[in-house]
Amino acid sequence: MSDHHHKETFITKYIFSQDHKMIAKQFLLTGIFMALVGMLMSAMFRVQLANPGETSILYNLMPSNWMDPDTGALLQDKYLALVTMHGTILVFWVLTAGLSGTFANFLIPLQIGARDMASGFINMLSYWFFFAATVVLIYSIYVPSGPASAGWTIYPPLSAEASYIEGSGLGMTLWLVSITLFIVGSLLGGLNYIVTILNLRTKGMSMKRLPLTIWALFVTAILGVLSFPVLLSCGLLLVFDRSFGTSFYLSDLIIGGEAAHHIGGSPILFEHLFWFLGHPEVYIILLPALGMTSEVISVNTRKPIFGYQAMVLSLLAIGFLSFIVWGHHMFMTGMNPFLGSVFAFTTLLIAIPSAIKVFNYLTTLWRGNIRFTPAMLFAIAMVSTFITGGLTGLILGNAPLDINVHDTYFVVGHFHIVMGLSAIYGMLAGVYHWFPKMYGRMMNKNLGYLHFWGTFICAYGVFFPMHFLGLAGLPRRYYANPVDMGQITDINDIITFFALAGAVIQFIFVFNFFYSIFRGSPASKNPWKANTLEWTTPVERIHGNWPGDLPEVHRWAYDYSKPGAEEDYIPQNVPLKEGESEH
Amino acid sequence: MIYLLIGGLLFLAIVTFVQIIRVSELLSKIRNKDVNEVTENDNNIQGKILLVVGFGFLVFVIWQIVAWKHLILPPASSLHGVEIDSLMNTTMMLILVVFFITSIILFFFGFKYRGIKGRKAFFYAHNNKLEIVWTIVPAIVLSGLIVSGLKVWDSTMNVTSENSQIIELHSRQFQWAARYAGEDNILGKHDFRLIDRATNPLSLDKGDKYTIDDKITNEVHLVVGKPVMLKFRSDDVIHSAYIPHFRVQMNCVPGVRTQFGFTPTKTTQEMREDPQIIRQMQELNDRIDAMSLIEKTVFLDENFAKTVDDLPLKFDYQLLCNKICGSAHYNMKMKFVVETQEEFDTWIAQQKEVGGLVLTKK
Repeated sequence: MSDHHHKETFITKYIFSQDHKMIAKQFLLTGIFMALVGMLMSAMFRVQLANPGETSILYNLMPSNWMDPDTGALLQDKYLALVTMHGTILVFWVLTAGLSGTFANFLIPLQIGARDMASGFINMLSYWFFFAATVVLIYSIYVPSGPASAGWTIYPPLSAEASYIEGSGLGMTLWLVSITLFIVGSLLGGLNYIVTILNLRTKGMSMKRLPLTIWALFVTAILGVLSFPVLLSCGLLLVFDRSFGTSFYLSDLIIGGEAAHHIGGSPILFEHLFWFLGHPEVYIILLPALGMTSEVISVNTRKPIFGYQAMVLSLLAIGFLSFIVWGHHMFMTGMNPFLGSVFAFTTLLIAIPSAIKVFNYLTTLWRGNIRFTPAMLFAIAMVSTFITGGLTGLILGNAPLDINVHDTYFVVGHFHIVMGLSAIYGMLAGVYHWFPKMYGRMMNKNLGYLHFWGTFICAYGVFFPMHFLGLAGLPRRYYANPVDMGQITDINDIITFFALAGAVIQFIFVFNFFYSIFRGSPASKNPWKANTLEWTTPVERIHGNWPGDLPEVHRWAYDYSKPGAEEDYIPQNVPLKEGESEH
Repeated sequence: MIYLLIGGLLFLAIVTFVQIIRVSELLSKIRNKDVNEVTENDNNIQGKILLVVGFGFLVFVIWQIVAWKHLILPPASSLHGVEIDSLMNTTMMLILVVFFITSIILFFFGFKYRGIKGRKAFFYAHNNKLEIVWTIVPAIVLSGLIVSGLKVWDSTMNVTSENSQIIELHSRQFQWAARYAGEDNILGKHDFRLIDRATNPLSLDKGDKYTIDDKITNEVHLVVGKPVMLKFRSDDVIHSAYIPHFRVQMNCVPGVRTQFGFTPTKTTQEMREDPQIIRQMQELNDRIDAMSLIEKTVFLDENFAKTVDDLPLKFDYQLLCNKICGSAHYNMKMKFVVETQEEFDTWIAQQKEVGGLVLTKK
């Protein structure tokens, strides 16, 4: 398959590649780049919050019209531009495309035993739409009126009218263009993932034998395909309202002291459409991380994942429930209180499959023989953040309790821990774990440890104190704290300290990543002694994945430390011995 | 110049880094080992660090609770708020217990089962009984939370405006205005097309007979123990009326009517005598005291529209905007005062009726 393949030029191999492994790396590199951009933005607004109204050397990374010409301080609406872009970049660019794009592309064909995605060409298109979206989004930061500034949730009317905030002019238009390209890319990718998983599994790879990573990526792709089109239509109606004078979302507006013509629309309609994507989006972000964590934990405890079937069912349950809980983002919008009751009920139900997952992870660790690779540490940290952040969801999801913490820093702490950190940890676990397969070299272990401990400590130092700010009644997206709560300055200083330290530590990872691509020690074929099929491929990473025939699967992916076996792992392509039962 | 210096330092740092790694790799090559293979020693060290850092995190959490407990909001100053607080406290206790137990198990298992060469892990694929237990137990606990949550939600949100004083809260970038319904307790009609920033900023229908006795104010006074119904309006973007001490929050949505009814239970004066509030205000005033005179003046003017003569600052209920609404979002607030019926009567009598204002201005 590989040798008689057509000759590849630099362009077809590295740029317009149709090889899923190369496309995965393209997604990963773009994702890392965008993660750094988003992180630097957060560093900037954290500096502003710790020293409101003062200048900082960091602001020089932004166009000069973002700063007050006299004091050099960050302008108020540019602060909002920063939080908006930070949210957009992290939610969509890093944790959707960077995470799913990388690992769905990389792992699906390798773990199900396929030569490539169902359509290599569509897969390539998926990346290039994403790339175009990235270019437009980055460009929008540098237009004179600034990028979109109405929050990543772009609620109209703020996002609809440039006189309400400058960024809602050209910046918002570009945001909409960019997100449209992004959605096209992610739909092309998602369809491909689903088709590939359903049709291209190798012989013996029944759905019941799929590794949990693939199950998670499968559910993720389904969520994406069902929910992203709704965001597209939601954005389209906003384009009509902005440019063609319709009133889907707008009504009773006064613009520049004059009554505008809009009548009859409702911003709440926008919120419904937005969160119909927005909530599944949370699980689009989280599920791949949960899947990879399952895999990494099982491999490194040298134990089967506890309750494989329950893990799959809880993934499906979370996926299903994620479509009927979006209203919990809208308890305080004036939505009918009865609807609030329904959404509070469905929301709290999600805690059940989530609890199952946590208990199953803990049981998997029990009586294991844990090998602490950097990936394993990140996986454990992911379980920790999933617990910490998930529990506060019981407060936010319960409608009456949400009244007083809605839109405060309590929410910021909650979702950054349960969704942000968990997903980032899952992603980093994935990078450390599969790096040898991606680049044929190992990442430096000790730098990995350093990166992990720095990140773990700083991240909790940033996000845990935020709960207290929220309980003190501090709203989010504030340029400076209302001074009635002046005492809170101390907490803000602590958060900013950890945020900056945490940001610096990420450069250890960046360094390790690029250094190891070129100079890392060579990896063996199966460095972690893992069972899944990707570790049966040669180190050289050939087009078509396996040099000879495709491997045949005879068992599930979790035969670690099976009694009676000589080694503590049995790859999936090893036939069952006589009399050996499957689990 | 400074950038060159920073760039140079960064470059040097990277070069040093590379060299250190090269040396460690060469050393391990001499010993014929792969530097990146995870050894038993690594497991031992990392397992111990996990225990220490993990428990350090839990201690950090406890420290935060002790050190910052007084910063969080004092008990609610409203009837429904007390119910919310009680459910909040129960939920908080519950999640803290679960948080500590599961976190301790996680960090401890990580430490306890750190890998040892030659030991075989326990092959334990599933246990249906166990899994059913930890499906059903959370389900029961959650049912309890949901049922009590829905009760509180229902009693909080389904408040009728009968017997309540009706006040309209009008929002626009970046200010609030209040409109009292007057003697008849009925708000006059409004239509956004009647807007005239100079003479009719709230776009009221001056022909409506209910409008005449309405009163527009720039702060809200409430009578302690008397139900109030807030009706929200917005002229431009979505704002959110957030009055944390009352446990009140509701969005102000252009084109959509929203409302929130509640009963305040503590006067502003009572709040000023609350020990927790006294401590909070003390810390704030200490912070202001530490500033220079110029800093003080700017700080007080920008944030409170006050001068140094008003020091020390006293507690007031505040209405904050809690939905991103534009550049001055963070500074969009309004004072609420809760007082006795007599004090309120005196204050409201001083406010002018809309009818009077409109007539004189036309």
